[in-house]
Amino acid sequence: MANIKRSPWLLHYDGSSCNGCDIEVLACLTPMYDVERFGIINTGNPKHADIFLVTGSVNAQNESVVRQIYEQMPEPKVVVAIGICANNGGIFRECYNIKGGVDTVIPVDVYVPGCAARPEAIIDGVVKGLGVLAEKRAAMDVKEAIPTNTAKEEA
Amino acid sequence: MGKRTIIPFGPQHPVLPEPVHLDLVMEDEKVVDVIPSIGYIHRGLEKLVEKKEYTEMVYVIERICGICSFGHGWGASAVIEGALGIEAPARAQYLRTIWHELSRVHSHLLWLGLLADGFGFDSLFMHCWRIREHVLDLFEKTTGGRVIFSVCKVGGVRKDIDAMTLKEIVDTLNSLKPEIEEVAEVFRKDASCRNRMVGVGTLSYDDAVALGAVGPVARGSGVVQDMRLTGAGVYDELGFEPIIETAGDCQARTEVRIREVFQSIELIEKAVAMIPDGPIEVPAKGNVENEFIMRMEQPRGEAFYYAKGAGSKFLERMRVRTPTNQNIPALVHMLKGCDLADVPILVLTIDPCISCTER
Repeated sequence: MANIKRSPWLLHYDGSSCNGCDIEVLACLTPMYDVERFGIINTGNPKHADIFLVTGSVNAQNESVVRQIYEQMPEPKVVVAIGICANNGGIFRECYNIKGGVDTVIPVDVYVPGCAARPEAIIDGVVKGLGVLAEKRAAMDVKEAIPTNTAKEEA
Repeated sequence: MGKRTIIPFGPQHPVLPEPVHLDLVMEDEKVVDVIPSIGYIHRGLEKLVEKKEYTEMVYVIERICGICSFGHGWGASAVIEGALGIEAPARAQYLRTIWHELSRVHSHLLWLGLLADGFGFDSLFMHCWRIREHVLDLFEKTTGGRVIFSVCKVGGVRKDIDAMTLKEIVDTLNSLKPEIEEVAEVFRKDASCRNRMVGVGTLSYDDAVALGAVGPVARGSGVVQDMRLTGAGVYDELGFEPIIETAGDCQARTEVRIREVFQSIELIEKAVAMIPDGPIEVPAKGNVENEFIMRMEQPRGEAFYYAKGAGSKFLERMRVRTPTNQNIPALVHMLKGCDLADVPILVLTIDPCISCTER
């Protein structure tokens, strides 16, 4: 993880999952896995978040909520779909109220499999998401607000 | 009377990992009315009986909820066993009881952590979840899964636990006892916890009965109601007695759950001492013709299961009524008249499981 320059902030939303993946997302933050030691924080505010963790196959009522949260997040942003339900609907795929996977509603960058997805897999997915985030940031070509040390030296 | 304002709570809210929406009708800082609306996690999985055979249905029902998943798996297996007219062998019943009580320990520790997080006591939250990880390790060792196990099936269980692992379960739980005791003392005695819980959200005995509260919410108000008394599993043989508190406030409900953690550890210890040898499953064959009901005590309260056969491999109807569904009227009653700042604590105090409620 040496290539990571900044600690991403996460936003978690349960798009009609069974809770299994949600408590595993929380387990990532608690002492056994403890991603907070890397400065990774689970925020409640979409405008503070870099990475959007969605669990569960999205249902009809949740569709607009997921879309609104995604739209509120600032660019660049990464969506990680956690658990088989978020990937393609999983066991609930055939239910009448299920859209079937988060990618039917918003674009997904990383898919984390599992029922329920293990904390190790979720952390791995977030780390993969960091790579995508860096690529997206490079593509945006934004000027850094705070000059880095190298920039100072050049000046 | 001040001007009334409506404040929306949820669906995406930092205090709960799950989406629920409440419209809080406020007069200044006081909540005067609450309009709950649900449906954010409704999947319609009861309808899947038309597409999944009854043996597969157990795994669907288990995924109603990732916290009390074992209990749901057991409830679904037991209700289909009843409709088929078969009975799981004694060893399977003991194993189910052990796993069910383990999941109660993990669920209550999880809830204690979320409650601490709810009133901003983050280190207590972390400690509760740290202890809980040891229980999850026991699950992983015996079933292969951390939160979803798929170990219960129609006719018995899929995996046996050998004597050495059973002893390890008891040893691990006993070694956790002093740590849980330490955390429990903070919930009981620490001023910052007591300030938030004592006398907050009081639910009287009469209200608890009238509103149909279940589980620790009812038991915290002095209602003697525990489905473990009704005969499922081996609780009779283990000499089970329900835990009752009478104050009816947040502190009483917390106390019920803390004491249940220790009680579950004792029950597991007794079950491990008494577990008989023998088969762990009987074959489940044939078509389901009859209907059957089953009541189970989940960590959150009474869950009700109903299955009706259609004379084929597919059931005609499967119905599950879950504890949070029953506790929402009690929650609405508790919220009326409270401060806005207490809303998250009161929502947490019923131990809401929205994915159970909406299925």
